Amino acid sequence: MIPGSFDYHRPTSVADAVKLLSTLGEEARPLAGGHSLVPMMKLRLATPGHLVDLHGIAGLKGILQDGNRIVIGAMTTQHELLQSNEIAKSLPILHEAAVLIADPQVRYRGTLGGNVANGDPGNDMPALMMTLGAAYHLEGPNGSRQVAAGDFYQGAYFTALEPSEILTSVSIPLPAAGHGYAYEKLKRKVGDYATAAAAVVLTMAGGKVATCSIGLTNLHETPLLAADAAKAVIGTSLDAASLKKAASAAEAIMAPAADARGPVEYRKHVGGIMVTRALQRAAERAH
Amino acid sequence: MAKTHITMKVNGAEVEGLVEQRTLLVHFLRENLQLTGTHIGCETTHCGACTVDIDGMSVKSCTMFALQADGSDITTIEGMANADGSLSPLQEGFRMMHGLQCGFCTPGMIMRAHRLLKENPSPSEEEIRMGISGNICRCTGYQNIVKAIQYAAAKINGVEYKEAAE
Repeated sequence: MIPGSFDYHRPTSVADAVKLLSTLGEEARPLAGGHSLVPMMKLRLATPGHLVDLHGIAGLKGILQDGNRIVIGAMTTQHELLQSNEIAKSLPILHEAAVLIADPQVRYRGTLGGNVANGDPGNDMPALMMTLGAAYHLEGPNGSRQVAAGDFYQGAYFTALEPSEILTSVSIPLPAAGHGYAYEKLKRKVGDYATAAAAVVLTMAGGKVATCSIGLTNLHETPLLAADAAKAVIGTSLDAASLKKAASAAEAIMAPAADARGPVEYRKHVGGIMVTRALQRAAERAH
Repeated sequence: MAKTHITMKVNGAEVEGLVEQRTLLVHFLRENLQLTGTHIGCETTHCGACTVDIDGMSVKSCTMFALQADGSDITTIEGMANADGSLSPLQEGFRMMHGLQCGFCTPGMIMRAHRLLKENPSPSEEEIRMGISGNICRCTGYQNIVKAIQYAAAKINGVEYKEAAE
């Protein structure tokens, strides 16, 4: 399979990339790792007239701490996240999720920015970013702006990103010291998108849940923050009744598609189980 | 269609070519350079048959444009034998442990295992299985592929390979 014809551009600065995107209009698409876009182009489900490859922009890579936030350049690959001691120390849930994305070859090329900007409900990082309270830094022809991950996703493949904007970095507040975390992902096989997945970040105090945030992957046309489910466990010791309440509250907001991964009822049911398991495992890790 | 001139190092040799912008790296390797050891399997980034080593990374060459590899250093299965033409430890491992049946996935398997062993010279069975999870084999059930990689790891580390008890 061969993609349709396009013109290839390789800018060396964000300003040049934004200029290209705004000059070329809707026919242009930014190219990050390409592991969603290139297969779509080969299937002719995407036929952009111009590709603006972001690999030539040095400033889009890297992981640094800025006060109480970790800022990750959009072109940082999943492989680089997994190699990072900084991430292992500060945001271990990113390691847990990144290693469940696709396969090693895809992780060498696939980027954090591409994963969160594409708006694919099957991608793992968006729900995680909502759970962590991350913000996305966008650069466009009218300057830059920050959008909270929670406000970014509007529908499947529809996001707050304007056609001439580029997501340049992701800024994640450092979770509290001693926080517990877990990303539970059910999939049919290694490398698959989630049948259902849940991210949990929580803190415990005196054996009870003090704070909690829960995100859901591939259980709706956008990633979800399960706020009611999180509320249901705060102040509890995660006893069976509270866990059940949280799972039901999470299931109540799920609206997954029926596809080869299973019918709606099944995906909601296992979605509830992912929430339960993630809560339990996160609590075990909290101290 | 305007073509772009690209140069890269492939298996230690400087090569060049004219490519369309949409030419995929795997097509450049196979059709321009006649290096047909790199296979095209699924064409949708799942099977890993087209895996090559680019600047120290295992990459599915069907999911990258040839001009994105301009200036890079690539190793394909044709570059895996020892300088004297004898089999490298991985190739020998696949031969000795019957790590292939039809052989279609083998170039991708060896290229992926090559990078895996560079990053982790003594992988556990679990690490090998996760490490080759982007490569699909429809013949072997993976059992002998895992053994072939274990054989190669032992050989590279200068220890005797002992087959784990079933």
